[in-house]
Amino acid sequence: MAAFTQQAAELTPAGLNWLADFNQRGRERWKVTPFPTRKTENWKYTSLQALADGSYLRWPQAKGAELSEQVDAIEGLDACALIFVNGVFAESLSCNNLPESVEVVRFSQANESQQQAILAKLGSIADSEKHLFAALNDSWLQEGVYLHVAKNAHVKQPIYIHHITTPEAENFAVNQRLLVHVESSAEATVVEHFSSTEEAQNCFTNAITELQLDANARLTHYHLHLEEENTLHIGGVHVNLERDATLNSFMMSLGANLQRTDVVVNHRGEGAHCGLNGIYLPNHKHTVDFHTCIEHAVPNCTTHEVFRGIIGDHGKAVFNGRIHIHQDAQKTVADLSNKNLLTSHNAEVDTKPELEIYADDVKCSHGATIAQLEEKALYYLQSRGVDRERAEIMLSFGFINELLEQLAHVPVRDYLTPLVSELFEKKFDRARASA
Amino acid sequence: MLSIKDLRANVGDKEILKGLSLEVKAGEVHAIMGPNGSGKSTLGHVLAGRENYEATAGSVDFDGKNLLDMDIEERSREGLFLAFQYPVEIPGVSNMEFLKTAVDAVREHRGMEPIDSVQFMKLAREKCKAVNLDDQFLKRGVNEGFSGGEKKRNELMQMMLLEPKLCIMDETDSGLDIDALQVVAEGVNAMRSEDRAIVLVTHYQRLLDYIKPDFVHVLSGGKIIKSGDRSLALELEEKGYGWITKEVA
Repeated sequence: MAAFTQQAAELTPAGLNWLADFNQRGRERWKVTPFPTRKTENWKYTSLQALADGSYLRWPQAKGAELSEQVDAIEGLDACALIFVNGVFAESLSCNNLPESVEVVRFSQANESQQQAILAKLGSIADSEKHLFAALNDSWLQEGVYLHVAKNAHVKQPIYIHHITTPEAENFAVNQRLLVHVESSAEATVVEHFSSTEEAQNCFTNAITELQLDANARLTHYHLHLEEENTLHIGGVHVNLERDATLNSFMMSLGANLQRTDVVVNHRGEGAHCGLNGIYLPNHKHTVDFHTCIEHAVPNCTTHEVFRGIIGDHGKAVFNGRIHIHQDAQKTVADLSNKNLLTSHNAEVDTKPELEIYADDVKCSHGATIAQLEEKALYYLQSRGVDRERAEIMLSFGFINELLEQLAHVPVRDYLTPLVSELFEKKFDRARASA
Repeated sequence: MLSIKDLRANVGDKEILKGLSLEVKAGEVHAIMGPNGSGKSTLGHVLAGRENYEATAGSVDFDGKNLLDMDIEERSREGLFLAFQYPVEIPGVSNMEFLKTAVDAVREHRGMEPIDSVQFMKLAREKCKAVNLDDQFLKRGVNEGFSGGEKKRNELMQMMLLEPKLCIMDETDSGLDIDALQVVAEGVNAMRSEDRAIVLVTHYQRLLDYIKPDFVHVLSGGKIIKSGDRSLALELEEKGYGWITKEVA
């Protein structure tokens, strides 16, 4: 893999001048960080072999593809939408109603003061020394989105960032970046939607999201991996929470050849809250990998984290949920739950909750379960005339739907619910066909 | 309608029913009473087909068919309904969706088309009203966060929607306050008809003040040890179960 490291470092962006130093620092860090092997703890269960031959190390050829008919956007969101196709900005900003207190700008369009603001925060949340692919993202960075919400501003309109991939003649890589700065007592919603056109995909996406929430800021965040199955996607969501800030984040991975997401939340100010929910549904030969790490560095913060997955066929899920409570972080309240359902004998899940506590006055719980469907509930449904296969589908759906029901934005919920139910229906049809 | 002969059944490895016989005809209401651990609930689950509740001997004929040969869902579609003592909570599955799926499954079995959604909604609201359940319950997860009484009324509502031939009500009265009991009793009484039979499994005579049974049976030690009319229930209320078990012994 040393070859891959070298080749990837040689792939340089048609970058922006003001980012050149930043790119260079990323490149240097990338080059000195050893490439993970199966012996690297953080990558123990997820292979990067698909990247090894270097075939993805090429920028996409298309410039601003026209895809309007195939864009499967979330309807009714009434959002400020930015759409990118293979990393290239594709549709004009439709942010008509944004108040002046909000800036949404692409890096390539940033004026000088915006450039300064971006450089001040960029890379300060995602630690590229600890996160190899963040370093690679730094080195490859050319286009990104900067969202800035000024003090006390309440933005009702969600900011919707939709990344679409579409196949090209040869494999290629897309580098994506989102930097969000919500100033004190401001409130916003960000929806990150990754999807692809329906054909066989040949894209490797490396996406980094940095979220800075100042004191008492609130952010609702959606991170939706809904790409076709042959995509490779490695991404990270890195968050800083200052005093009394609240993040509610929902993540979903429908499953693909590789979907790896590293989530890091830093509680940096007292009274901050992090709500982190996630769903993953790998089947076929998918690999979905979530590594979440919540750093409680200060007292009186809370974390509520729930991840649920259903793994079918030859699918594989990896969940590593770390909560690290530093010595000073007294009165922390944190709980983490990870539940998994396996619906096939060949499915695999590797789950590891990790609670590391150095403070003595905290309330924490964590648990991970791997189970089959509950026999009692199946019996109840069957006793009402529902056949076994249908009952299994209903219960699986219910297991996931419990988290979907909690989503604050109805259009997002209405968009995701049929996707999930359709996935289970397909399974049902297959079960019927083979019966 | 239901003819049980010398039924023996195990729960796991343990024999619970030890030669139980019972005849129930259409139009009749039977009450099965008995002390704790006598096998009352087991009987319901054996008839409904629950896994691990295994009939080892005897026969159960349901409207001319061998009930014990059928899958759980088939028994339901043929018209057997067990109202659970402890209805199961299924978060994430809406009550409405569950009810419609169940009704459509039974309709399909009867050679009918799936019910139109709008029509079903109307019907479900009606039935909610009949059992005094706010129709918001239709949107919630199946039994999720329902109180004991609400769960029992939800069972009754399912029974009304599925229109079974044979209703087995497993301790539907337990845990209900007097108002809820009356609602449930009214609902059950409204279901009484010439072509339907009802078996009430209960611990308390109280229910039988509101639903008057045609027959009362005492189940003890896995068998029916005494049968009679309503007066038997009153006698049990007065004297407890001890005298019968002694009398039979």
